[in-house]
Amino acid sequence: MAEIIWGLATSHVPSIGAAHDHGRRDDPAWKPLFDGYAPAQEWMAEHRPDVAIVVYNDHANAVSFDAIPTFGIGTASRFPVADEGWGPRDVPEVVGHPGLARHLARSLVDDGFDMTVFSRLEVDHGLTVPMSVYCPDPGEAWPCPVVPVLVNVIQYPQPLASRCLELGHAIGRAVRHYPEDLQVAVFGTGGMSHQLAGKRAGLINEQFDREFLDKIQTDPEALARLTREELIDKAGTEGIELIMWLVMRGAMADDIRRVHDTYFVPASNTAAALALFANETSLATATH
Amino acid sequence: MDERAVPDNYLFTAEDNDRARALNLMCASLVRPESRETFLRDEAAYCDSYDLSAEQKQAVLTRDWAGMLDLGGSIFFVYKLAVVCGVSMQDLGGIFTGMSTQEFKAALDAGGRRFG
Repeated sequence: MAEIIWGLATSHVPSIGAAHDHGRRDDPAWKPLFDGYAPAQEWMAEHRPDVAIVVYNDHANAVSFDAIPTFGIGTASRFPVADEGWGPRDVPEVVGHPGLARHLARSLVDDGFDMTVFSRLEVDHGLTVPMSVYCPDPGEAWPCPVVPVLVNVIQYPQPLASRCLELGHAIGRAVRHYPEDLQVAVFGTGGMSHQLAGKRAGLINEQFDREFLDKIQTDPEALARLTREELIDKAGTEGIELIMWLVMRGAMADDIRRVHDTYFVPASNTAAALALFANETSLATATH
Repeated sequence: MDERAVPDNYLFTAEDNDRARALNLMCASLVRPESRETFLRDEAAYCDSYDLSAEQKQAVLTRDWAGMLDLGGSIFFVYKLAVVCGVSMQDLGGIFTGMSTQEFKAALDAGGRRFG
């Protein structure tokens, strides 16, 4: 049976990818961020999953504004890296896991989540930057195949935080019912506080972010009660991406162990964070 | 929630999607290298080929970034145009907030801008 062994919450700021791609990880402006990632990266390198489910949002690249699915899932065998307007990132193409993805699509629909199924999908920085955070030097190929799960955070009305947590619960149930022996990691991406447009551009709310970083482990139900208005008011219009962390959290066990976290301001115009959690029961089983 | 409940949120709505469709579609086309070249060769003609309204076209030609947002442009589409024009997200932040790029960056380096 498949099981989820760990969950990673991470920002997906494009400039983190650019710092990777242009050899700026040791620049004074970036070194503290990447040093903060290192302990998590070492731990993840010792606990490689067979598949990663990456919960992210497209940024006006693969998803045209003709139709914006609230929730989607990618079932393709390959996901090319998108040109977002400045050339595609020089990172490996993302390989899919159609078997798990089709199982998830069917299970989630049966569980009341009417997913849009992407049989073709180019992936943008929302997915590839978290992959670089997971594996900074992949060489020719990423270390595992990926099932992309897409959430609309760009156009009002975005899904409720509570619904995202419930989607995570449903993903957890579906993974546990997948018949193959697979070890799975789940990534919740985006955030933390930031707003890109208008007079509130440059908004950072460290107090809110620190509380979110804490409660994503200890009290996700409290975070799931945040309204869209509260999220946008406190974390900024683009800070609403944090609802995608709740999908990851929902897929994990109730009790999880915090392996590592780090918080850094600013990555471009954004507060960036990473939080890595282990599903202890699954990891204990996995080693036997 | 009312989508306008938080002031200055620039939340992109279905109404914005509708009224700024031509502007956003034009910006979306810039994900293709040949489109970026065509745009830079003759910006006005490129705007016309996407049926931009006079207001939208004026905002593009005069680099009125706040104006593009006020006309319903999505920051994620408008940013593609900004990059083609050599304008960074920090430049935009400065423009939106009435600061120089350096002042805006300094505000972020100091922990970001606080509200409420």
